[in-house]
Amino acid sequence: MGTNSGRRAAYERARKRRSTVVATVSSLAVVTAIVVLVPHMPRWDRVHESFFNGERFANSLPRLLDAFVLDIKIFAWSMPAIVALALLVAITRNSRSAALFPLRILTIAYTDIMRGVPIILWIYLIGFGVPGLGIDRPWNSPLIWGSVALVLTYASYIAEVFRAGIESVHESQRAAARSLGLSSWQTMRHVVLPQAIRRVIPPLMNDMVSLQKDVALVSLIGPIEILRQAGIDKSKFANFTPYIAAAAIFLVITIPLTRTTDWLMERERRRTTGTRIS
Amino acid sequence: MSTAKISLREVHKSFGSHSVLNGIDIEIAEGSVVSLIGPSGSGKSTLLRCINLLEPIDDGEIFLDGIDISAPGFDANPVRRRIGMVFQNFNLFPHMSVQDNITLSPVRTLGVNKALARTKALELLERFGLADKVNAYPDQLSGGQQQRVAIIRALAIEPEVLLLDEITSSLDPELVGEVLDVVRELKTSGMTLVLATHEMAFARDISDVVCVLDGGLIIERGTPAQVFSAPQSERAQQFLERIIRAGRL
Repeated sequence: MGTNSGRRAAYERARKRRSTVVATVSSLAVVTAIVVLVPHMPRWDRVHESFFNGERFANSLPRLLDAFVLDIKIFAWSMPAIVALALLVAITRNSRSAALFPLRILTIAYTDIMRGVPIILWIYLIGFGVPGLGIDRPWNSPLIWGSVALVLTYASYIAEVFRAGIESVHESQRAAARSLGLSSWQTMRHVVLPQAIRRVIPPLMNDMVSLQKDVALVSLIGPIEILRQAGIDKSKFANFTPYIAAAAIFLVITIPLTRTTDWLMERERRRTTGTRIS
Repeated sequence: MSTAKISLREVHKSFGSHSVLNGIDIEIAEGSVVSLIGPSGSGKSTLLRCINLLEPIDDGEIFLDGIDISAPGFDANPVRRRIGMVFQNFNLFPHMSVQDNITLSPVRTLGVNKALARTKALELLERFGLADKVNAYPDQLSGGQQQRVAIIRALAIEPEVLLLDEITSSLDPELVGEVLDVVRELKTSGMTLVLATHEMAFARDISDVVCVLDGGLIIERGTPAQVFSAPQSERAQQFLERIIRAGRL
């Protein structure tokens, strides 16, 4: 204590101040370079006119926001279905009962096939293919089958996240639960899953951010959501600004989601590790 | 049929090509305390896990009150509710409070209503001096406290036998005493106890029967006085000599 602790605190303060200054100066330099240099590019006025047209932006925004409601709807009904299906697949794959062996094989095939093909392709195949079977309205809507394609592909990725979480719960936890007379399902339900899900919430949030954007892919088979609406506006006015407006709308949703994810990860890290190395 | 609470006949267990138990015979009388001692890898823990049916045995029989619980297809869950087990690393459920750790099995497997399970949990916590920890989480407790909670959790299903698998081995030396006190109290209450342990002095004081395991066999058995003072087999003599040289007895 005494002189040394005071010196140490002063040193830490100076070090912190120095890094703040460095960070601020370097950020300012980069931003200034972009703001000053880009307008000096030879075709800047044309890009400015066709991508950053204030009038077009204001004109498209209400239509895009309307269309974005559909994106949010697709997200809202797909997400619970994805989580439920993914959990089911992960639990089946981790089950140790011999009776479920054929189902385990099926889930392995499912995750391999769904993850092995680009999402866009699945949206085309399922979104055009299934209604093509001659199902009656309203069940032949590409909106439904596009969403089904999203659910099936995303669930295969997220099932793997859940599986990793389930496998990360130490075997001794199962032993303790079984020794108390819990059945294997009760052990999964009350002991393994609650711990597994807590551990995978950060990567899960990450996938939710992805899903929020990939919802726009459903537009490829018809439904007029924000990306398609932006395309329509672009063609109508021969101006790309609606795409910038659409991007801005996505950011308003995804940035808070990503920030929340980082915050959750940080909190989890703090909780699980006692000390922090700077 | 004998009147033993638990009896094992010619129990064999191997993991792949590694054979761990090579024909264990043992009789555990109701209300007795049996200690399993022996070098690491001698099969003590595996034996306890087999009795709890956590590991299926390859050959032999395990009787609980004269009924062969190791028979293929025998429903293990009701048996495990009669035989409690406490582990070296406590294995408390970290996402549950002390109270939920204790009441999980009574509520889920015995159908005890939550209020009653809670009252009983509190009684047990009080009996072992942990009443103030009822809402704490395992990570907030010391090792000794965690192990006492683990014992209480096993007691909450009112087992007829309690298996204690090196329950003090991962504790700091100054915390061992509080856990062993709990075991002493259980002996006083008449619980049938089987413990695998490295605490030789404790085994000598508390046991009715001590078994020395080596290479998956019981090489010496008898009262503590017989086993610790006048071991018959050469390997048991060597083991006890090593223990004494290490200052553990």
